Amino acid sequence: MAQTGHLTQSPPRAAAPWVTPVTRLRIIILLTVLIAWEAVAASGILLRDVVPSTLTIGRSLMEVLFRPDLKVSLAGAAFSMPAFYWHLYVTILEVAIALLIGGTSGLAVGLALGANPFLAKAFERYLYYLGPTPKIVFFPVMIMWFGVGPESKIAMGTVSAFFPVVLSAAAGMRQIEGVLIRVGRSFRLNTWQMVTKIYLPAMREPIVNGIRLGMGVAMIGTLLAETKLSNKGVGFMIIDAYNTFDMPRMYAVLLMLFVIAIGANSLVGRASRR
Amino acid sequence: MSARGAIQREGIPFVFGILCLLAVITVIEMLIRWGMINPFIVPKPTDIVMSFERIILEENILPRFMMTFGEALMASLMLSVVGISLGVLLHRNTTVRLATQNWVAAIASAPLVLMYPLFLVIFGRSAWTIIMIAFVSALPPVILKTLEGLAGTRAVLINVGRSFKLTPSQLYWKILFPAALPNIFVGVRLGMIFALINIVGVEFLINFGGLGQLVNELAERYDLPGTYAAICFVILVSVVFFIGTERIERWLRPGT
Repeated sequence: MAQTGHLTQSPPRAAAPWVTPVTRLRIIILLTVLIAWEAVAASGILLRDVVPSTLTIGRSLMEVLFRPDLKVSLAGAAFSMPAFYWHLYVTILEVAIALLIGGTSGLAVGLALGANPFLAKAFERYLYYLGPTPKIVFFPVMIMWFGVGPESKIAMGTVSAFFPVVLSAAAGMRQIEGVLIRVGRSFRLNTWQMVTKIYLPAMREPIVNGIRLGMGVAMIGTLLAETKLSNKGVGFMIIDAYNTFDMPRMYAVLLMLFVIAIGANSLVGRASRR
Repeated sequence: MSARGAIQREGIPFVFGILCLLAVITVIEMLIRWGMINPFIVPKPTDIVMSFERIILEENILPRFMMTFGEALMASLMLSVVGISLGVLLHRNTTVRLATQNWVAAIASAPLVLMYPLFLVIFGRSAWTIIMIAFVSALPPVILKTLEGLAGTRAVLINVGRSFKLTPSQLYWKILFPAALPNIFVGVRLGMIFALINIVGVEFLINFGGLGQLVNELAERYDLPGTYAAICFVILVSVVFFIGTERIERWLRPGT
């Protein structure tokens, strides 16, 4: 007989442990690294000050982030701010412009190569093989062409960002389903409408992936160029700290840079998964 | 018919691409000769070609190439041993994998090459600085691809191994590792490319070592044709390296 109106009470679920084995292991790894770091710092195995204590690095990080050591005059008003933010602003601006130029040109060339098999067969191999070459060797050329200012760093970032975007866009274009293109043509869309209504929406994921890769390499290209020849930017801050042997400051700036780079990469990654 | 079709499909675009490249080089040569491009900024392509012999004979390009090659080889060896071992370790231990996989992926997106001043302080201005920065920067893809390869082994293969009552060690060496090998090589190849990029980059930045240093030295001497020729040589080396590793990857993954 079927039982109706009879509620059976399921046994209470065991509460999940507050600290899972994974979290516990993460804490253990972090503590081990910290203790090992402190032990190396205290032992003096490496040169003195090469591995400063975490406390010293933390203090330096606070100074980098909060000590107003740069006088700024804006609209007649003078005030002080931490120099880090100004250098960060310079680097972000350089990377953003590089990504804009490299990304836009990469996208345009990628669309052309993806849409035209003849052009792809003629030119794509060069882009494919030039992509993995070390772009920093072009820096002397960039200095000749664009000078020692931010322009040469932007050019470095642009060259770096161009290749991942163009290759992703070309590959993405070829993966678009033929039916979507035929639908666009049956509606008699012009080239601009085909690009904005069909191609770009259909290849969003490869484009975002290309931009994500492009952003990473543009950042590296720009920062490396700043370490080689510059008087502003986060790359300059790092090499300046090295030249003055201010190791805690160098660690602090590197730490902030890694946090920003990982965060930016993660944000773009999330955008691509949406 | 089919041979003619293949020539038309592949040969004509290839020749068109070469001709376009030659046309661009010729136009640049003409513009420089006519004074429309400053020769003190962009040297004539003919001067660049002529300077190849000079940089090969006078700038010891072969020893420099061997030095860069040696650094790349050492970094690749370390990458393969450490990266694959760590990938296997993460695969064997689920807790370790869950605890650290995201960290490895995050490290992969960090510009680790920027740590080169730190390595300079620790290892001095030596080849080891270059090797170590290349090793550290290129390690994450090897770990992640090894893990991906091992985790992606088809269940039926593992079940066959179990039905033959293979020991865990035999299961690893006879089933999991061979099945994951193509993926592992993709990781090693990516790692080797990252390593080469970082090696030449750091050689250029710290003015030490092989081909990267050559570009820097020639640029500092304002030897423009030589600088461009050295850059062309670096491109040539990385293209040959890239094609070589690509061929090996295709041999390991015949379907791709």
